Amino acid sequence: MSFEDLVKQAQHKWHDLHNSQKPLIYIGTATCGRSAGALEVLQTFQHELSRHHIDAHIIEVGCLGLCYAEPLVCIAKPGRPGICYANVTPDKVLNLIEEFLIKDNCLANQATGVLDAQPLDGIPPLFQTDVFKHQVRRILRRCGLIDPTNIDHYLARDGYSGLVTALQMRPEKVIEEVKMSGLRGRGGAGFPTWRKWLFSQQMSSTEKYVICNGSEGDPGTFSNKLLFESDPHAVLEGMLIAAYAIGASNGYVYCPSEYPLALERLRIAVRQMREYGLEGDHILDSSFNFHIKIKEGAGAYVCGEETALLECIEGRRGMPRLRPPFPPVSGLWNNPTIVNNVETLACVTEILQNGAEQFAQFGANENKGTKLFCISGNIKRSGVIEVPFGLTMREIIDDICGGAPDNKKIKAVAAGGPGGGCLPERLFDTPVDHDSLIAFGSSMGSGGIVVMDEDTSMVDIAHNSLEFVRNKSCGKCVPCRLGTAQLLAILEKISKGSGKAQDIDLLLELGEGIQKGSLCGLGQTAPNPMLSTIRYFREEYESHVNGSCPRGVCK
Amino acid sequence: MMQDQSTVEEQWNHLFSSFEGKSHELIPVLQKAQEAFGFLSSESLTRVARFLRIPESRVYAVATFYTQFRFKPIGEKHIVVCKGVSCHVQGASRILKEIENRLGLKEGETTKDMEYSLETVACIGACGQSPCMMINEKVEAKMKPKQVIELLDKGGAKKA
Repeated sequence: MSFEDLVKQAQHKWHDLHNSQKPLIYIGTATCGRSAGALEVLQTFQHELSRHHIDAHIIEVGCLGLCYAEPLVCIAKPGRPGICYANVTPDKVLNLIEEFLIKDNCLANQATGVLDAQPLDGIPPLFQTDVFKHQVRRILRRCGLIDPTNIDHYLARDGYSGLVTALQMRPEKVIEEVKMSGLRGRGGAGFPTWRKWLFSQQMSSTEKYVICNGSEGDPGTFSNKLLFESDPHAVLEGMLIAAYAIGASNGYVYCPSEYPLALERLRIAVRQMREYGLEGDHILDSSFNFHIKIKEGAGAYVCGEETALLECIEGRRGMPRLRPPFPPVSGLWNNPTIVNNVETLACVTEILQNGAEQFAQFGANENKGTKLFCISGNIKRSGVIEVPFGLTMREIIDDICGGAPDNKKIKAVAAGGPGGGCLPERLFDTPVDHDSLIAFGSSMGSGGIVVMDEDTSMVDIAHNSLEFVRNKSCGKCVPCRLGTAQLLAILEKISKGSGKAQDIDLLLELGEGIQKGSLCGLGQTAPNPMLSTIRYFREEYESHVNGSCPRGVCK
Repeated sequence: MMQDQSTVEEQWNHLFSSFEGKSHELIPVLQKAQEAFGFLSSESLTRVARFLRIPESRVYAVATFYTQFRFKPIGEKHIVVCKGVSCHVQGASRILKEIENRLGLKEGETTKDMEYSLETVACIGACGQSPCMMINEKVEAKMKPKQVIELLDKGGAKKA
């Protein structure tokens, strides 16, 4: 079947489903939904619908990014827009079936939003509620609204049209398009994606690789998981485009073993691609070949570093390599290899589907497009959001996520994972992008933002991050292996109240040494949470030295 | 439990049959072995080394590097408490303490009757619903110390 026919067939099915005479019930069953009880909700629906002899379509969808509202259910009766309900329990399901499906009372006071541009029975349009109205959903636009295990849903929503566009261009032109979009890698370092690609494209080697880096190890980040679980084809399409651009015919998707559902959905997605002629030899009857393997991680944070990731795929200890040569020149089995982050590849898909200009209209200067952020900790509306670059931390925390619960004051955020740093509340008017936060000793990293309220001890937070990096250091270079252990020992002494005043300066001196002397990003950024908390909350360290934790947390 | 030697052989043959025997398959082979036998015994490591024709030292070096691999059997109920920074600011240490007290276990230990193992993990990626833990890979979200007790009681936990 030709690509046009595949799309036509998919659109037909999509149209039939949405114009069906049966009610549609969408249930978010990604990991976050499941941990809040979505599978129990699903079972209750199945059981009760059959008990009442109600004929309805149940569609398991991914995640809208509203962790705080899980489990989420959306019900659409024939000819009417869907109505979303949050925090659904099995009891609520009984009520919804009784009242809405049988009696036609949609329980408007319990609804969160309607999937339409206009309010319905006093229910506001979902995408105009506080959590959504400041967001620009491009990368997330299908998440939570399609069945991620059904390639037809993806095809009916522009799926693989970016690949078709790319295949009609010369590889150099694809790289040019990505350059025009201004896309920078979303994994943390912010390196221009097109430049990485160009290095590999210019290599004459016949064997090249594309690797999707899904090693999402930073505590406080979970957006890669959301993409894998809710719209896996968008990531895989980005891989195909990258492979065509650089001339690669083999690729790996690296996904942590801690994400079993993501692995399952990726495997289903690749199998469907193969059936549709979108993976393997002669993709869409062209001369382009690309084979995808799923590589399950084995629990090593350092494998998020691209050369450590290569070592892991080659079956060795995941220890970073000396560079140069960089992977685009000499990577997997010494062949040119590009390693791109999951979100970066989803951006590539978006760029080829809708054009570089459309992508670059968001953000400004060196920070183009939209970015996913994972918001968690002491916050009312936790989850994954997508906003254009340039929004301030305050807009993200207060306007979109609703501030801290229980009327507590927010003290700071820990941004960018264990290699990021703290940003105190008084600096929340800083725009969140690749460059602005760095000036304040914090960083955007891969987009994790952990919110901390007034009860948090900053010394305790520094301790948590340092303990993490000390445990995750691969041991190859001395500054990281021994330095982080020394930092932790000094910090523990301070936490326990037996530190001396000069210990704080010793932490600063040693921290700067580790930043400069470490081999890879893990060590180079390991001291950041500690350094930034000393910078902004030095008085808390001093209180600990004087024998007391101001928040009564540290012992 | 003693297993029949011939069934063990069969299990290994079956396990190896989905691989080509190339050294870069080491990690997936170890993953399959752990899945089949619950942990990696020294005998398992020797078998894997022979199959891939690489030194045992390399198998051991790789297996000990990755936190997924364990070298001792674990309890029937595998409890993993997340210590990520989101869970930490939401009270993960109180959750851990509650479980430790209830089961009379420290992290990294298994009860003598092999019923419970308790571990901590750096982050399970359910940060939007912290604090969380997992029991046999099922994520339990937004935990409170009281709920932990209820969960353990439901699973038939004995008092320490």
